[in-house]
Amino acid sequence: MSQLALVIDLNVCVGCHACVTSCKEWNTSGPAGFMTDENPYDKDPTGTFFNRVQTYEIGEFPNTETMHFPKSCLHCEDPPCVPVCPTGASYKRKEDGIVLVDYDKCIGCRYCSWACPYGAREIDEEQKVMKKCTLCVDRIYDESLPETERKPACVLACPTSARLFGDVHDPESDISVTIREEGGYQLMPEWGTQPANHYLPRRKTHMHIHEDELQRADNPLNKEQRGPSAPVEEPTLDDSTSW
Amino acid sequence: MHPAFSVIFLTTLIGVGQGMFLALFTGQSYSAVELLPTQNSADFYATGGMIALLFLIGGLIASFFHLGRPERAWRAATQWRTSWLSREVIVLPIMMGLVFIYSLMHWFEWDTILFTAKTGARLQVTLVIGVLGMLATFALFICTAMIYACLKFLQEWHSPLTVINYILLGTASGFTLATAFANVSAPDLMSFYAIWSMIIIAAGLITRMASLFRNSRIKAKSTIQTAIGVRHTKIEQKAMGFMGGSVNTRDFFHHATARFLKAMKWIFLLLTFVVPFILLWSGMNSQSTGTLLAAFVVQYVGLIAERWFFFAQANHPQNLYYQTI
Amino acid sequence: MSVIHDPIKAPEGRIETKNTTCYMCACRCGIRVTLRDGEIRYIQGNPDHPLNKGIICAKGASGIMKQYSPARLTKPLKRKEGTERGDAQYDEIEWDEAFQIMQDRLEHLRATDPKKFALFTGRDQMQALTGLFAKQFGTPNYAAHGGFCSVNMAAGMIYTIGGSFWEFGGPDLDRAKLFVMIGTAEDHHSNPMKASLSKFKRNGGRFISINPVRTGYSAIADEWVPIKPGTDGALMLALIHELIKTGLYDRDFLVQYTNSAELVSTDEVSDDFGLFVRTDVPRDPDCFDPQDHVWWDRNKDKAVHAREDGADPYLLGGEFTLADGRKAKSSFQLLAERVEEYTPEWAEGITGIPAKTIKRLAYEMGITARDEKIELPIAWTDAWGKDHDTITGNPVAFHSMRGTAAHSNGFQTIRAMSILMTVLGTIDRPGGFRHKAPFPRPIPPCAKTGRGPEDVKPNTPLNGMPLGWPADPNDLFVDDKGEPVRIDKAFSWEHPLSAHGLMHNVITNAWRGDPYEIDTLLIFMANMAWNSSMNTDDVRKMLNDKKENGEYKIPFIIVADAFQSEMAAYGDLILPDTTYLERHDVMSMLDRPISEFDGPVDSVRIPVVPPTGDCKPFQEVIIEMGSRLNLPAFTNDKGERKFRDYPDFVVNYETAPGSGIGFLAGWRGKGGEKSMKGEPNPDQWKMYEKNNCVFQYELPKSFQYMRNWNRGYLRWAQEHNLARYAEPINIHVYSEILMKFRLAAQGKTDGKQPPDHLRKRVETYFDPLPFYFEPLESQLTDKHQYPLNALTQRPMAMYHSWDSQNAWLRQIHTYNFMYVHPQTARAVDIEDGGWMWAESMHGKVRCLCRYTEAVEPGTIWTWNAIGKAKGAWRLSGEANESQKGFLLNHLISEELPAHDAGDHISNSDPLTGQAGWYDVRVRIYKADDDEPKVTFPQFKEMPAFPGTGKAKKILGFFAGKFTKGAK
Repeated sequence: MSQLALVIDLNVCVGCHACVTSCKEWNTSGPAGFMTDENPYDKDPTGTFFNRVQTYEIGEFPNTETMHFPKSCLHCEDPPCVPVCPTGASYKRKEDGIVLVDYDKCIGCRYCSWACPYGAREIDEEQKVMKKCTLCVDRIYDESLPETERKPACVLACPTSARLFGDVHDPESDISVTIREEGGYQLMPEWGTQPANHYLPRRKTHMHIHEDELQRADNPLNKEQRGPSAPVEEPTLDDSTSW
Repeated sequence: MHPAFSVIFLTTLIGVGQGMFLALFTGQSYSAVELLPTQNSADFYATGGMIALLFLIGGLIASFFHLGRPERAWRAATQWRTSWLSREVIVLPIMMGLVFIYSLMHWFEWDTILFTAKTGARLQVTLVIGVLGMLATFALFICTAMIYACLKFLQEWHSPLTVINYILLGTASGFTLATAFANVSAPDLMSFYAIWSMIIIAAGLITRMASLFRNSRIKAKSTIQTAIGVRHTKIEQKAMGFMGGSVNTRDFFHHATARFLKAMKWIFLLLTFVVPFILLWSGMNSQSTGTLLAAFVVQYVGLIAERWFFFAQANHPQNLYYQTI
Repeated sequence: MSVIHDPIKAPEGRIETKNTTCYMCACRCGIRVTLRDGEIRYIQGNPDHPLNKGIICAKGASGIMKQYSPARLTKPLKRKEGTERGDAQYDEIEWDEAFQIMQDRLEHLRATDPKKFALFTGRDQMQALTGLFAKQFGTPNYAAHGGFCSVNMAAGMIYTIGGSFWEFGGPDLDRAKLFVMIGTAEDHHSNPMKASLSKFKRNGGRFISINPVRTGYSAIADEWVPIKPGTDGALMLALIHELIKTGLYDRDFLVQYTNSAELVSTDEVSDDFGLFVRTDVPRDPDCFDPQDHVWWDRNKDKAVHAREDGADPYLLGGEFTLADGRKAKSSFQLLAERVEEYTPEWAEGITGIPAKTIKRLAYEMGITARDEKIELPIAWTDAWGKDHDTITGNPVAFHSMRGTAAHSNGFQTIRAMSILMTVLGTIDRPGGFRHKAPFPRPIPPCAKTGRGPEDVKPNTPLNGMPLGWPADPNDLFVDDKGEPVRIDKAFSWEHPLSAHGLMHNVITNAWRGDPYEIDTLLIFMANMAWNSSMNTDDVRKMLNDKKENGEYKIPFIIVADAFQSEMAAYGDLILPDTTYLERHDVMSMLDRPISEFDGPVDSVRIPVVPPTGDCKPFQEVIIEMGSRLNLPAFTNDKGERKFRDYPDFVVNYETAPGSGIGFLAGWRGKGGEKSMKGEPNPDQWKMYEKNNCVFQYELPKSFQYMRNWNRGYLRWAQEHNLARYAEPINIHVYSEILMKFRLAAQGKTDGKQPPDHLRKRVETYFDPLPFYFEPLESQLTDKHQYPLNALTQRPMAMYHSWDSQNAWLRQIHTYNFMYVHPQTARAVDIEDGGWMWAESMHGKVRCLCRYTEAVEPGTIWTWNAIGKAKGAWRLSGEANESQKGFLLNHLISEELPAHDAGDHISNSDPLTGQAGWYDVRVRIYKADDDEPKVTFPQFKEMPAFPGTGKAKKILGFFAGKFTKGAK
């Protein structure tokens, strides 16, 4: 059984929010929508979004790291939001592991959002049902789209390709290989939810300089020596000794 | 967590109803083995049952305010295999049904005696209903409490104390109401109820304080380090990704000051336990319905505060992701 | 309503897709727009577009909310009689009336004094057309926003290497190993930068970011080097110092491709002091840069013709004595002497960067450039006829933006940076800096303005271009007293090389009547009454100020905009523009194309949805006005309109009759078989549309590098009329052009000289070699009273003030904080999240504070243009943008305090007129607890304009004929 998931590469995420609004535009007009906005032109606008990008600062000046952190439903392998749902609206698909909400069944009791430690679920204030990332299930199987575009909207949009999509149960899939090779990790592992989404950590590239790299035989300054210099005016030893 | 008044009213109201029914049933079973004088069916058991039922219905109505789509509420019974909320949705109507039948039978005095023991104890049909109702009541207490207690991330709730507290506090409120009610319709039983109320209140105080003590010593399993997966001692959020609020900032935090929270704790401890205890004692001695009723009202207000505090005190780990605009 | 459950069923509706070009910022990615029942359902990056290859940013993905914003202007508006500007009291009128009003007014101005009509545009995307209109009209008073944005980046680099960053050139991250980014937060050529930066990192490249703040791309840098604002020049010069000292420079590159080895006369008394020593090569009048300079040969120990066969010059070598007794030094020797005092230790005191770090940076750059050389097996021929088998690259790449440019010392800083890039041997080479067509161009490019008031005549097109590149003091646009001809004083002695104009001084100068009064100001897509001005509060007052006779000091203001912006409220006449999804547009080689490194690329926009209401594309307005005013380019001999509409204009307009050069380079010729040059092709638009709205020309590989000196490329460019000259463009390490201006200031030239009060200023700053000086405003500020620097950074999800009308984007940036280092804030008791004041010598703002460790402690910063005026953009009066958001511009002035150069000198770089945005010095202090919890200053609420939409309380957007949202 496959488990589709996203991998977020924090090493290249520049916090541009492309994933946030491309998700919003795709889903508001799709089967997972509409996605409400309240007070869209007023004080404290708020709306249903499946994905947010946050910013954290790590450390102290001058060693500060600024980290941008996208977060959406992690499609846990042991999702705590599924057993608590009283109507069965919250379910995990057997064939690909995507966790979805059936809008026809949901009664909007919010219990599933209490059960999610990541805060991945929102109630839509107009439709009054719970909503969350669907891994664009309506894109990935849509045969009317070219194969390269059968991916979640956020993955296609991301300018730095910080979002990768694939099957984490297939050890040879691109994202499984990436998780292994780059040290991909899960969020809040202490709760045993086994999130399928993984994050790749920051990796730094350093440069080491050897002393002798600064002195070289072919140093161009060697070509700037002009011929013998003009005689000096002051008395020298050579002028004044006789033996 | 953000205390939702719909849920606060739901749990406190049905708690009263449940406790009230337990009180009635206790009274009836004691009467059956002649530890207490039998009471008039209609006046006491039927009316009392109705009062209990009213509270249960009130709670049910309050719960609908918590749903986005109440018209589909019937679906909530389908996932009883995995969801405590689903189980509650099944048990609550069962209990209400049993209370209704119990009251009805008492009202019309359809109370066949099924069997009489050598000691003289009588097994009436209503008593059978009552046993079933009692079982349903405890099941309901457990279901309701487990809705919260089963969420292991909410460490403040994830403890047997949550279930015990729900049982004791609900029962206490019901018994207090029963005391006041008994003073009017079954005065012989009033002291019985008053003493048991006070005992349960005292027990409840101990367990609730145990819960407070435990919660104050909780070490949060989740930290900002585990939340974003970075090892460093100084990590601070600088932006949540939105500035006008969202479900994540509204539903999971109480938005009150720390001082307010602390005040609520003392308020509920006083009003749920100490003051009602005193009023019950006084009312028992003075046999004043007013005082006893006051005990119930004060205790109910205290329970609102207690339930508010119960929700507010729970720290959801998702709050780690929503700290700074 | 469709729902998510198994199986997934797509909602119905008629689906169509169209490709066009985004315009949420100036990156201009290719997008594919999906419509359902005529409404916009999805905007994605076009996977087949060469610029972005399918990616799209947050803004591009939110185009839907821009299109359907209630802030859209949909009808021409005329200010109601008896109301004040800024009060936003308008009557709806029809286009006919609007055109007539403009025609009557402009006809009169053109017939009497054309310079009384000033046309300034915010976005310079249509500069070719708007510039053409201004020139045809005959007014010199035209510019886009470059002067207050980053002209220093353009000028500083173009006057040195013949090209610059943005879409003119950039870092070759495909092959670079070390990437140094200075003074950049995120810029508008963003998506390609993001994509290449990600690939660069994943390929093991090392990324260093030098910036006072760590935001944007800097977040993923391997190393962040905090620096004090305005001191980048000191860093550059110290790096050059260290590279020369250790010999980590690319000698061969400097010798052959720059003027480093060329001798400069150092005889103070001689006529040509500071100018290149020249041989007696006969001067070809058609030649731009006669190859008549001189080297001192190492082997022969005498002066020889530069680049003579077999010559091997000294790069340094001290002072030489020529045959005729004149003394001379090489440019590089002069540079080395200049940077002698600019040690890393000296730079540490100025920049705050430890000397050790500066040295290490220099070594990293030099060693990577020297030891990780790339060799591409591409044969090419240089401009002097020598064949090369391979192309070498030194894989150190740079990128820089406004952080270095928006200072009054920016030109010299950027010249220093260009020289640094040159010294490392990275210009137009793999892994380094690479040009994008139409660059490289001669130094300086050929376009010139008029030279005096005689070039402005009634009913006559302007003689010369409205904007240009002075090469010589005589190119300045001044009268015989040396006073400016342009209203913004561009191309005058106050800032001679002001290639992009000075938009930030237009309103002030017009109001003051200095150098003269104007009559009509036409503002296109520029929010001058808000974030596109310094000293916003006063500018708003100036726009509304009247003379004693009751007439406005700027009598007539026309604003063309698509949205109800703050500036729109000050128009007497408002022209509703379309959005980018509703019109034709060109990203033309004649203004700002989207070329790639490997060849020119231009693109178009085509309408995806019909215009909303009565919106009309501004280009159509220009064409209509051009016809009505009988401007030669827009009318035929009989005075009839030549072009049916803008698309027709684009197809059929040629820069000169029969030149074959038009706005679009692709599919020219009768059947679309020619590129770059060819006859108009009536089907040109269709051909673009079929091809993702883009035309891409790939140069042969041997023309793709070393283009300044690449014979094949230079000839190709000449053949295709990209450039007039096919001579090599040697890098100006020593700038003789600047020296000529200095000599004029010293009175040593015949020809134009500065007025006396500006002599010292011109002499000081027109230094042929880069030098570091403290920004002008800083020199005139009491730095004890105002010890901190204040800057803005650009957020990735918003583009200037363009996006608060966007329901989705504004949820990300609803208001802005002032970001302060905790130590700096705590020193004056300001809390994290608390209210504070920031004050400069010009003004003050009250705002919310946010602590951050990602800033150097002497700097405070905020996001650019998030704060808005009350009621603007159809936001409610209670919206956070006005109540909690603020504009830093209130602290900044467009003029320097009175000093010896003058009383009203522009707060700009003295060479280019670049607005010194980031020079401002401030102090901060806590706001009292009893002060209102709103930002200061507040403005009167702007009412909704007629013709704008309804701002819903709840929005549930669903494209198509199904449920569109509640209430």
